[in-house]
Amino acid sequence: MRQADPDARAAGDPEVAEPGDLAARARLVAETDEGSQQLVRSDETGRTELLIEQGGVLRIPESDALDPDAADATFGAGETMILNVGPQHPSTHGVLRMMVELQGERVLRSKPVIGYLHTGMEKTGEQLTYVQGATNVTRMDYLSPLHNELVYSLAVEKLLGVEIPPRATWIRMLMCELNRISSHVMWAATNGMDLASTSMMIFGIRERDLVLQFFEKVTGLRMNHNYIRPGGVAADLPDGWEDDVEAVVDTVGARLGDYDNLLTGQPIFRERTEGVGVVPAELLVALSATGPLLRAAGVPWDLRRATPYLAYSEVDFDVIVGSAGDCFDRYAVRLNEVRESIRIVRQILEKMPPGDYRTQDKKVTPPPRARIDESMEALIHHFKLFTGGIEPPEGEVYVAVESPRGELGCYLVSDGSNRPMRMHIRAPSFVNLQSVPALLRGGLLADMIAILSSVDPVLGDVDR
Amino acid sequence: MAPSGPLVWRVAELDGVPAADSLGDEVFFPTRARYIEVATALCRAGFVTCSDLCAVDYLTHPDRALPEAVRPERFEVVVNLLSHAEVRRARLRVMVPEDDPVCPTLFSVYPGTENMEREAYDLMGIRFVGHPDPSRILLPQDWEGHPLRRDYGTGRVPVQFKEAPGPR
Repeated sequence: MRQADPDARAAGDPEVAEPGDLAARARLVAETDEGSQQLVRSDETGRTELLIEQGGVLRIPESDALDPDAADATFGAGETMILNVGPQHPSTHGVLRMMVELQGERVLRSKPVIGYLHTGMEKTGEQLTYVQGATNVTRMDYLSPLHNELVYSLAVEKLLGVEIPPRATWIRMLMCELNRISSHVMWAATNGMDLASTSMMIFGIRERDLVLQFFEKVTGLRMNHNYIRPGGVAADLPDGWEDDVEAVVDTVGARLGDYDNLLTGQPIFRERTEGVGVVPAELLVALSATGPLLRAAGVPWDLRRATPYLAYSEVDFDVIVGSAGDCFDRYAVRLNEVRESIRIVRQILEKMPPGDYRTQDKKVTPPPRARIDESMEALIHHFKLFTGGIEPPEGEVYVAVESPRGELGCYLVSDGSNRPMRMHIRAPSFVNLQSVPALLRGGLLADMIAILSSVDPVLGDVDR
Repeated sequence: MAPSGPLVWRVAELDGVPAADSLGDEVFFPTRARYIEVATALCRAGFVTCSDLCAVDYLTHPDRALPEAVRPERFEVVVNLLSHAEVRRARLRVMVPEDDPVCPTLFSVYPGTENMEREAYDLMGIRFVGHPDPSRILLPQDWEGHPLRRDYGTGRVPVQFKEAPGPR
């Protein structure tokens, strides 16, 4: 069994293209193999790589140069131990594999090894039409699927230059804020679980379920909704949605007090999180970190406030910022962001405008089912949309939204056909994971669990 | 703070770099030789974060719209820089030819590009010279080829399991 060998075909090398040619195959492997993905012994690791793994890569404003000699490789063999955690480990939030070098209980260096959930969704995105694309991206970050759909739809709409009706915008905002609530309470649940507070696990899942039940009512699904689509949303909100949303935010809002009682003032929880995993904000900025990880370190960067998309400029909310930048701050930032999201949802309840829930542009939105029976034109539009699809003009666009984990970006290149020529998702978990070696440096092994959890990587988002 | 005029006014290194406007975003096309110099200058000018780096394969779409001075090549490395202070983004698009898919690493300027460059190498086969750890990041270490290239087929590549026995 041998896989297709496009590199060789591209190079036009008949020798390589011949199946079963072991020498050519070995040569190809040698050409494309760039070495071990794992954490290897420190005396076999390059100086700069060692520095990264020790979390010491700091771009000092005055000098842009790294000093690889700062890396500490003085430990001899036998004094340290390389420990493998994961990919099947309950505290790695999926299939994250951490390799850490320990001296006693102290973490000397670490490296996240990823890719266990990689399914090539960017490649898949190139095979699907723009109409189908939302079903693909929604499966990336499975805890905030609506944000994935949102960023993809915004990118397509920017390429197309279509205007979205106000109601569609506000429905999107409502759903995304509810999704932020569900994602953050889910994080609180798993974080509690990691720190041995099993009641928190039950509480968080319970609150998340309230939101998911509402999602199921609106979109038909609890996850992977394909609800936000280029041109608007899939369906209008169901009758009585105001009461449902009000019940959700009232209940979650009241139960946040339980979280406070359970965790915020609890000595064991504070002991495990306070002062753990602290790095300077400049380092996180240099490492491209975003989201609660960055805000907890004191950088007030929230795309909803900095570059308002949807209608975030019309609602009132605070950007939650931490001061110490430790695990406890990251917990507090997320908990208070739930409160801010509840605030936003309440304003949306008051301000939800009437009107269309999707654009009436016939090239983007299919006609209603009933129209197809009576209108030839509607039938043609329907047929064209589902056989051909949306054809945005040539161009490239980068759109970013604030997902619960940070900046979620979509870089879309259109060649004028009905499929994107390149769809790249800038996944916040993937980028935030780079900060983990810096956060772990010098800490205890037991703190690794708290720190990993506080970064909140979602492996579907990391590996895509 | 509102954007304060074109970047070329205050970033001298951008002088002579072809620029374009892509749906409201500022895009610059430095050559591979000037890429690091331009990025370093932008970093000094306040674009302290590299939010995104990815590679694009224009094999099937070579005649894309580009400024006159830019010679199209098969690959592009696309870098999105972000200035928190100015709330402004700048995009760099670097042409990388097919027969020499090599690009200098941005790691020394933006340490946050480490994972992204590994991903671009892994999936698109652009080598980043000087990268401290250029191993594959998403695919297995012994994977052959770079799947995001446009000439890498889909739907007919059997799933690789190491040392798996043959068909049952």
